[in-house]
Amino acid sequence: MSKDQKRKYLKLSGLEPMIVSAETNFINVGERTNVAGSRKFLRLVKEEKFDEALDIARHQVEGGAQVIDINMDDGLIDGKEAMVRFLNLIMAEPDIARVPIMIDSSKWDIIEAGLQVVQGKCVVNSISLKEGEEEFIAHAKKIKRYGAAVIIMAFDEVGQADNYERRIEISKRSYDILVNRLNFPPEDIIFDLNIFPVATGMEEHRRNAIDFIEATKWVRENLPHCSVSGGVSNVSFSFRGNNPVREAMHSVFLYHAIKAGMNIGIVNPAMLEVYDDIPKDLLEHVEDVILDRREDATERLLDFAETVVGTSKEKTADLSWREEPLQNRITRALVKGIDQYIVEDVEEARLEADKPIEVIEGNLMTGMNVVGDLFGSGKMFLPQVVKSARVMKKAVAYLLPYIEEEKKKNPNAAEGNGSNGRILMATVKGDVHDIGKNIVSVVLGCNNYDIVDMGVMVPPEKIIQTAIDEQVDIIGLSGLITPSLDEMVFLAKEMERRNFKVPLLIGGATTSKAHTAVKIDPQYKNAVVHVNDASRAVTVVGDLLNKRSNQKYVGDLKEDYEKFREGFLKRTKQKEYLAIEEARKNKYSIDWNSSDIIAPNKLGIQIIEDLDLQKLEPFIDWTPFFRSWDLHGKYPAILTDEVVGEQATSLFKDAKELLQKVFDEKLLGAKAIYGLFKATTINDDDIEITSGVDTFKFRTLRQQLKKHAGKPNFALADFIAPKESRIQDYMGCFCVATGFGTKELAEAFEADLDDYNSIMIKALADRLAEAFAEYLHEKVRKEDWGYASKEELTNEELIKESYKGIRPAPGYPACPDHLEKLTIWELLQVKEKIGVELTEGLAMWPAASVSGYYFANPEARYFGLGKIKEDQVKDFAKRKNIDFEYAKKWLSPNIAD
Amino acid sequence: MKDIKKILEERILVLDGAMGTMLQRHKFTEEDFRGERFKDWSVPVQGNNDLLSITQPDAIKEVHRLYFEAGADIVETNTFSGTTIAMADYEMEELVYELNYQSAKIAKEVADEFTEKEPHKPRFVAGSIGPTNRTASMSPDVNDPGFRAVTFDELRIAYKQQVEALIDGGSDILLVETIFDTLNAKAALFAIEEVKDERNIEVPIMISGTITDASGRTLSGQTAEAFLISVSHIPMLSVGFNCALGASQLTPHLEVLAQKANFGVSAHPNAGLPNAFGEYDETPEQMASQIKEYMDKSLVNIVGGCCGTTPEHIKAIADLAKDYKPRSIAVEV
Repeated sequence: MSKDQKRKYLKLSGLEPMIVSAETNFINVGERTNVAGSRKFLRLVKEEKFDEALDIARHQVEGGAQVIDINMDDGLIDGKEAMVRFLNLIMAEPDIARVPIMIDSSKWDIIEAGLQVVQGKCVVNSISLKEGEEEFIAHAKKIKRYGAAVIIMAFDEVGQADNYERRIEISKRSYDILVNRLNFPPEDIIFDLNIFPVATGMEEHRRNAIDFIEATKWVRENLPHCSVSGGVSNVSFSFRGNNPVREAMHSVFLYHAIKAGMNIGIVNPAMLEVYDDIPKDLLEHVEDVILDRREDATERLLDFAETVVGTSKEKTADLSWREEPLQNRITRALVKGIDQYIVEDVEEARLEADKPIEVIEGNLMTGMNVVGDLFGSGKMFLPQVVKSARVMKKAVAYLLPYIEEEKKKNPNAAEGNGSNGRILMATVKGDVHDIGKNIVSVVLGCNNYDIVDMGVMVPPEKIIQTAIDEQVDIIGLSGLITPSLDEMVFLAKEMERRNFKVPLLIGGATTSKAHTAVKIDPQYKNAVVHVNDASRAVTVVGDLLNKRSNQKYVGDLKEDYEKFREGFLKRTKQKEYLAIEEARKNKYSIDWNSSDIIAPNKLGIQIIEDLDLQKLEPFIDWTPFFRSWDLHGKYPAILTDEVVGEQATSLFKDAKELLQKVFDEKLLGAKAIYGLFKATTINDDDIEITSGVDTFKFRTLRQQLKKHAGKPNFALADFIAPKESRIQDYMGCFCVATGFGTKELAEAFEADLDDYNSIMIKALADRLAEAFAEYLHEKVRKEDWGYASKEELTNEELIKESYKGIRPAPGYPACPDHLEKLTIWELLQVKEKIGVELTEGLAMWPAASVSGYYFANPEARYFGLGKIKEDQVKDFAKRKNIDFEYAKKWLSPNIAD
Repeated sequence: MKDIKKILEERILVLDGAMGTMLQRHKFTEEDFRGERFKDWSVPVQGNNDLLSITQPDAIKEVHRLYFEAGADIVETNTFSGTTIAMADYEMEELVYELNYQSAKIAKEVADEFTEKEPHKPRFVAGSIGPTNRTASMSPDVNDPGFRAVTFDELRIAYKQQVEALIDGGSDILLVETIFDTLNAKAALFAIEEVKDERNIEVPIMISGTITDASGRTLSGQTAEAFLISVSHIPMLSVGFNCALGASQLTPHLEVLAQKANFGVSAHPNAGLPNAFGEYDETPEQMASQIKEYMDKSLVNIVGGCCGTTPEHIKAIADLAKDYKPRSIAVEV
């Protein structure tokens, strides 16, 4: 192909486009949704557990698969039906359907059935000349008419191409038929040139890899616009059971095949070593085999493999990497998060350098750039990066005294610390949650930004003043509870009023692009960005501070948010709401005469002091723990996940270790207070509680969105018998906390420059608090209230909330109003009795606390309040005897515009 | 007659406006819809606009005439719902061939009148192929996302019948329009390719999707570029968007097409967004001023109107289009 001829690119589509251009380098096809390749997927399809099968597909897309291969070829399943059913289900999942589909089958009728149910441009995998030209042409014509790309296997009437010449012969012949006779678009052709195993001991297999690589080069040079693909794991087939060798073989093979022009492949990313990380001796032996460089390559690799067998990657590495040059050792320590030798290596670097600062700017930054690149390209995961940061901090701490000394000696020298920018991070006033903020800080710190971390509960005026004093380049705000949203709006207004120019980053669990676009962005003329993912923070900050292009970036951002805002407002307008009186008429009605109301065994308030934390371990729901580290997937499946499994396992091991330490040394304190009371619903929406001689009222909020016929407008009060029924009913309240001691522990870790464990202890304390709430709820159901004394539920069932009765928490969907926490605190005397306080934002302190209500009625269920209208807010303010504006402020996230 | 592809390189072609809006002015009753021939039809047929090509052909011809007079180069046949699938509501599946054939025939008659009068400005008929009222890649049942109310083959067969009748009736172009589900469109394209192959003919094809809301995606969830990629396997006269949004909301999506498509680009937006009563109240001047942006930015090769547009709108657009050069169509190497 002459150079000036414009190259045509393979273009595919799911809900979004995917273009295989020179820049995309290598397209990774997800292969776990293949019954031939994944035993788990096969089992799920056989058992018709399509929901879980979908999770596998979703996982792959989340893990970075750019196309997903779907194969249902198995003797025991109806392949056509399974293909259609699974594809139809995928089409209903936008987070999966956004990528293109590869329809994989050896049976044409399955392929055609698949093509008939996918709207995007697919890839057919595959057709070949195996059954002759006539069938090949008929299928190719159909594929063109369905609008799909196609994989052509190097296979003809004689058999499969197994050497260089045959690969060329068959691909050339296929190409000529397709392009010249059928006018098939050449960019839609992908050749699978057959990857066969090497090092099998058979003489004729010696050139299997190198023939593939050379044939790839020939195809890309001589058959214009085509792509080349293959299933990589085949190449290492003879080393099954020896993963270190297999991983190295895959990397070496891909390294050379990609250079030759292979641009699509089916690769299991968990079975891939970084090419540069392969130990030299292993690399040499593997390259000898892949490239067929020596007569005795196979024997030598087999012998060498013996020494690698059974040793884990880390151990084999340990032996050799300490011998490498200094920079490699430092980079390795940072990438692998090994802090054992860092001080020794940094000292060596310091002695070599002219000035100690050069070690940071040179050696350490070189290493951190590698970390940044690997993280940016999805080859490293968050927990690893946080470990890298730990090593970095140790190194910097060691160097600091030398740098200070140097400054004293040479006071006129320019300071220049090579920082990319200075970023202020704060959890806003009234909020105490900081795990996410700390993770973002660490990740940004790794990328050479100076972080000014102001901690939690930071008042706006202090943020503004610090931003001015420290001349920060960006302000990042975080918050988890809904009142924090208003704080952020307020801060944006302040920044505008004070004429700030620096970008504002918004993050935290309750924040959203919608809230940022609709409520915060309009308040501030300069950039406002919602960032809810640590890995995105780096690119966003980079774009914001890139002097050459940031103006355009900010312009685009503003425009994007404006469009989003318009779209959002238009959409919300279309929703219909009922007046609160109407909503009340449509309440959820329980037939109180036949309803099963059980009087509690123990009425009144109880306290648990110093619960043995070990009792909570079985109640821990680990899935959110992994999520707080940006590792997505369900526990325990996440531990064996193809993409994040290794990291999840290692994180889980560290978590368990720290948890054991917490148990053994009683590092955290757990307390609870709870009570069960007589209760009755009055005036539709209020619940009146009697505790001794005192009465308290909980004001519940009612859904106001107009529902379909037959669907009620819920309020929590619907689950308690009303006064008119003259039936005695009951409810409970509780507060549990496991966070006593967390702050001190986290600070101790921080003082030791160990952000990893500082974040870890907070994440664990949060999990323990949730576990305590679960533990206590079970105890209440079985003993104190006793309405479910015979209940036997597993932890999974608890997580799925299969129990009878509910425990909604103020600030969460069923009762988003935080103000009712004040009533709980008054009723139970929470602060006085167990020491859990409410901040001015009504967050609980210590942060690892959970509070809520107990409802026991079998018909009680969790629901989301959704948006409410001002008439209910007015009514609520009146009922609570508070100012309307004050009520509005607290309920604002739930008030429909 | 001069090849439409040639003309497309020379100037911006103008498509007609809404048929339904014009027919509403007649306030046809159930009796009018039925005419003599269907007076005893077992189900109500009022609202079956396609039927009017048989029972009120003069009214339909008049609408075509008004659009040609306003400056349209292309009119669409009155066949938006002309498939067995969409006609099932009126139990008129058997009439599909005749409806399409007649609609194409009367449109062609009017087009020929004008071409004869003004040979320098030949007029064309585009056979309109609507989306049907079923979606092939979405479930109508929220509780059963894997369910489909129609299959690819059912659509393909229905479309094939419509395509054959439209061609037999004299359509110069086939226009697959208001595509809310790309899979439906792919079935229509598949059917067209079958007919072309069987008859060994070439027919210019226009494709027009619809972006349903501010999310910037089709109802079936695709972005503009994904939509383009999904239908680009067939050689087309043009690809574009119509309906759902007003002219200004359509601009960013047209920009994507204008940048990436190797075919002509078309747009026939609504006269703004409907007001609270479902009416379109953008005036011809307002609409033309927005469409001017398309032309200033060289985004389009074919432009016209959809819901709510009238001959006055089309005249305003045609007057504008005269003075502009069309978007240059990238020629593939």
